[in-house]
Amino acid sequence: MELSLATRAVAEHQVLEVGGEVDVYTAPRLRERLNELIDGGARSIVVDLNRVDFLDSTGLGVLVGAHRRLRPLGGRCALACDKEPLLKIFRITALDQVFPLYPSVEAATDPSGPAA
Amino acid sequence: MSTVRLAFSPAPVHVRTARLVGVAVARRAGVAEELLDEVRLAIGEACTRAVALHRQYGLPDLVQMEMSDDQSYTVRVIDRAPIEAGLGLTALPPDELANESLTDEALTVGVGFALLAGFVDDLQVRPVEVGIGTEVRMVWPVAK
Repeated sequence: MELSLATRAVAEHQVLEVGGEVDVYTAPRLRERLNELIDGGARSIVVDLNRVDFLDSTGLGVLVGAHRRLRPLGGRCALACDKEPLLKIFRITALDQVFPLYPSVEAATDPSGPAA
Repeated sequence: MSTVRLAFSPAPVHVRTARLVGVAVARRAGVAEELLDEVRLAIGEACTRAVALHRQYGLPDLVQMEMSDDQSYTVRVIDRAPIEAGLGLTALPPDELANESLTDEALTVGVGFALLAGFVDDLQVRPVEVGIGTEVRMVWPVAK
């Protein structure tokens, strides 16, 4: 399935909903969209991975790239994901220790939730 | 035993095709359904790595993939890049993943190797027997 990207605002957060397959061919489009958001002033980005069918190291590299761009700007890149196959990828690569991970966009944007 | 071979130009767009073929052959070979996601990911990582090496060295040669089933399902992904480039793979510790000085390329390679090592119990990266290049060999059990 092709990559799909959709952006919406939730309070002060920019939510990027990703669907389909994120791999070496499609990841540059994800990088471009994240860079557009950051260049446009977004400082809290929530990437919703719950409609992603496939995610490889190239896609993970793009997410880490956004995290590294946002950090010195005082921003953050959080992930919404409750799909076990994807969560396993984050555990194996130890990236679950790098990203704030939430099961849903609602949890990631909940103002009463724990600060990440 | 049966064998399926695939060769493709070193372009990112073909990696998805390689994944689809690899999983289709795995399913037919009798690899357990619950392992197919891992097979798909590992084949994708091995092919992504080969494509990246060919592009890095400007090599137009085809990336080769060979799938065979006998007592197990074996996938070999073969690149033609200089050996010193292919064998220097290391997994990255988590505190280095967000390190600013790490290039995106090094990060992706490190993460890719972590995924290969994490998802494939029987994994070998070794020089090809003839000519220049490396072979990533991955083996999964089959139900017979």
